[in-house]
Amino acid sequence: MPFELSAEHETFRKVVREFARAEIAPHAAQWDLDHHFPVGVVRAMGELGLFGLTAPEEYGGSGGDLTSLCVAIEEIGRVDQSLGITLEAAVGLGINPILNYGTDEQKQRWLPDLTAGRALAGFGLTEPGSGSDAGATSTRAVLDGDEWAIDGAKQFITNSGSDLTSCVTITARTGTTDAGEPEISAIIVPAGTPGFTVEPAYHKLGWHASDTHPLTFTGARVPADHLLGARGKGFAQFLATLDDGRIAIAALAVGCIQAMLEASVAYANERTAFGVPIGRKQGVAFQIADLHVMAESARLLTYRAASLRDAGAASAAVKQAASVAKLQATEFAVTSTRIATQVHGGYGFMEEYPVARFYRDAKILEIGEGTSEVQRLLIARGLGLPVE
Amino acid sequence: MKIVALVKHVPDAAADRTFNEADHTTDRTNVDGILSELDEYAVEAALKIAESGDAEVVALTMGPDAALDAVKRALQMGADSGAHVADDALHGSDAVATSAVLAAAIQKIGDVDLILTGMASTDGGMSVVPAMLAERLGLAHVGFVGELNVEAGSVRARRDADVTETVEAALPAIVSVTDQINEPRYPSFKGIMAAKKKPVETWSLADLGVDAGTVGLAAAWTTVETVTKRPERTQGEIVTDEGDGGAKLVEFLAGQKFV
Ligand SMILES: Cc1cc2nc3c(=O)[nH]c(=O)nc-3n(C[C@H](O)[C@H](O)[C@H](O)COP(=O)(O)OP(=O)(O)OC[C@H]3O[C@@H](n4cnc5c(N)ncnc54)[C@H](O)[C@@H]3O)c2cc1C
Repeated sequence: MPFELSAEHETFRKVVREFARAEIAPHAAQWDLDHHFPVGVVRAMGELGLFGLTAPEEYGGSGGDLTSLCVAIEEIGRVDQSLGITLEAAVGLGINPILNYGTDEQKQRWLPDLTAGRALAGFGLTEPGSGSDAGATSTRAVLDGDEWAIDGAKQFITNSGSDLTSCVTITARTGTTDAGEPEISAIIVPAGTPGFTVEPAYHKLGWHASDTHPLTFTGARVPADHLLGARGKGFAQFLATLDDGRIAIAALAVGCIQAMLEASVAYANERTAFGVPIGRKQGVAFQIADLHVMAESARLLTYRAASLRDAGAASAAVKQAASVAKLQATEFAVTSTRIATQVHGGYGFMEEYPVARFYRDAKILEIGEGTSEVQRLLIARGLGLPVE
Repeated sequence: MKIVALVKHVPDAAADRTFNEADHTTDRTNVDGILSELDEYAVEAALKIAESGDAEVVALTMGPDAALDAVKRALQMGADSGAHVADDALHGSDAVATSAVLAAAIQKIGDVDLILTGMASTDGGMSVVPAMLAERLGLAHVGFVGELNVEAGSVRARRDADVTETVEAALPAIVSVTDQINEPRYPSFKGIMAAKKKPVETWSLADLGVDAGTVGLAAAWTTVETVTKRPERTQGEIVTDEGDGGAKLVEFLAGQKFV
């Protein structure tokens, strides 16, 4: 297995870095302060082709690989985690379920705008009463004539209420299986459907510039052909969807660690205490050495998982690599923000320095798209342990 | 229609740029090179014309091996093919020699309708190559163009020099563009992948029929004799306004001979 990305991936990395430096970095702090979702820049990311990276050309994509998407998410996340998750969720949760399970008609209807970044789709799995235990979905959809009537609520749904949101794919109970289990299916709900309400945005600890809302459904009706994939396959579909997403979230974490490393090296060279740069003190320098080790190891795990996926490795191997990368990279990310803030001393606690923003942004990485505990559960199961 | 966009590979202006100690030429080895930002506007202008009509865009550069990166960037942005003039004898060439070599390359490309360049390079910054090239090729030259329209057999351009004027020139012509003309695109991943398969010609001076004795440092009409580092930027002076702020500002500006 090669340990370097291809020359094209590296060229692409440079371009995304240039874009992020010019178009995002100067405004990231202000968007965070204002809890502002920057529609213009999301569109510009679309023009750069970021949302369509992995989709086939017939739906407006570039036919690229997961590695290229990870490169883009890492580089955007290196300057702004909010826009990094906007991209990750738009592709992993918005585009991929429709691409993987949609009928040709559904793909033609939704994908061209989504891959161009002219529109965003959300994916509503989590509910007020069920997150990790997503199979316990209580939202219901009943087939009434040729329409689904949907009642229920979804919690913490990314990209679900922005000016660009065109639809949200949700999971709902559509009946009971022969074995008496709840039958779960996925349904596409267009934005603006009567009875589908996007509630006001949350007050979050971090990811202020990312769009997250609670959603409620009261007798919301959509045509029967808005079912996504096979009836009763909703649960299996979203589990498969989450594998790629985990690798992409790991890439977002790598961007965070890299940002903390660069900020800390710069600060430790420039800040003096006791007459010398603080980087002269082993107590500081060694912590920054650790940051470098975290960046390197998280990056290797992430791109190894992505390359397994791109090479078409067996799904059990990809699943395991994805969980390992997600767990390690996100836990390192949280640790890296703690270290970087410490290196910056009191200034690290001030919003004038980006490390404070990253400190707030990092924590969710250990929670979203499968908590650290869920990753450990999956890894242990992959090892053949009978853990419940 | 065939458009040639001239693309120069220059040291990244954001990095610490230096000169070679031995011959005072630009140090191109110890600093990252990029496509001159001002030439990106020329490439974008060419691509816009190509997209709205039927045109082929060739990106042309002259420079050492690394200069190929400037052509690659143009191909990644969307140019159709590239040409790279590379020859050890070119080291240290001045604008006069550069224009002779580029003119020969443009003739070799052949049937060129429009040549687009940036208004200057971000390293040399002389702004003379486009006019010299026009002179050598016997073509019309419109410099410092902020708006450009191609019509049948001619271009109509808004020239933003000391005065703003609208100029029409018959094709073939050479147009140098300013940073007002457009917003250059970033290469997309698709563009980067597609560029791998686009044809690039590499020509030596012999291929172009240019005598090596007429180019390079020895033949240059200008020489750089010494180089001094720009002095470190000093702390600015802060004027506290105690009712006499205006007077103090004028005093400062007059002292520096600005007013
Ligand atoms: C900003 C943000 C954006 C989000 N975006 C989306 C989105 O777009 N779409 C979407 O569907 N969801 C989204 N989520 C939801 C997110 O995926 C869930 O919050 C997450 O999966 C955890 O679920 P929960 O919050 O219900 O926690 P719970 O599942 O209630 O977990 C609480 C704690 O118990 C632990 N725990 C639970 N089960 C086990 C177990 N079996 N073994 C050990 N420990 C366990 C968990 O690890 C955690 O520590 C988002 C969340 C946030 C905060």
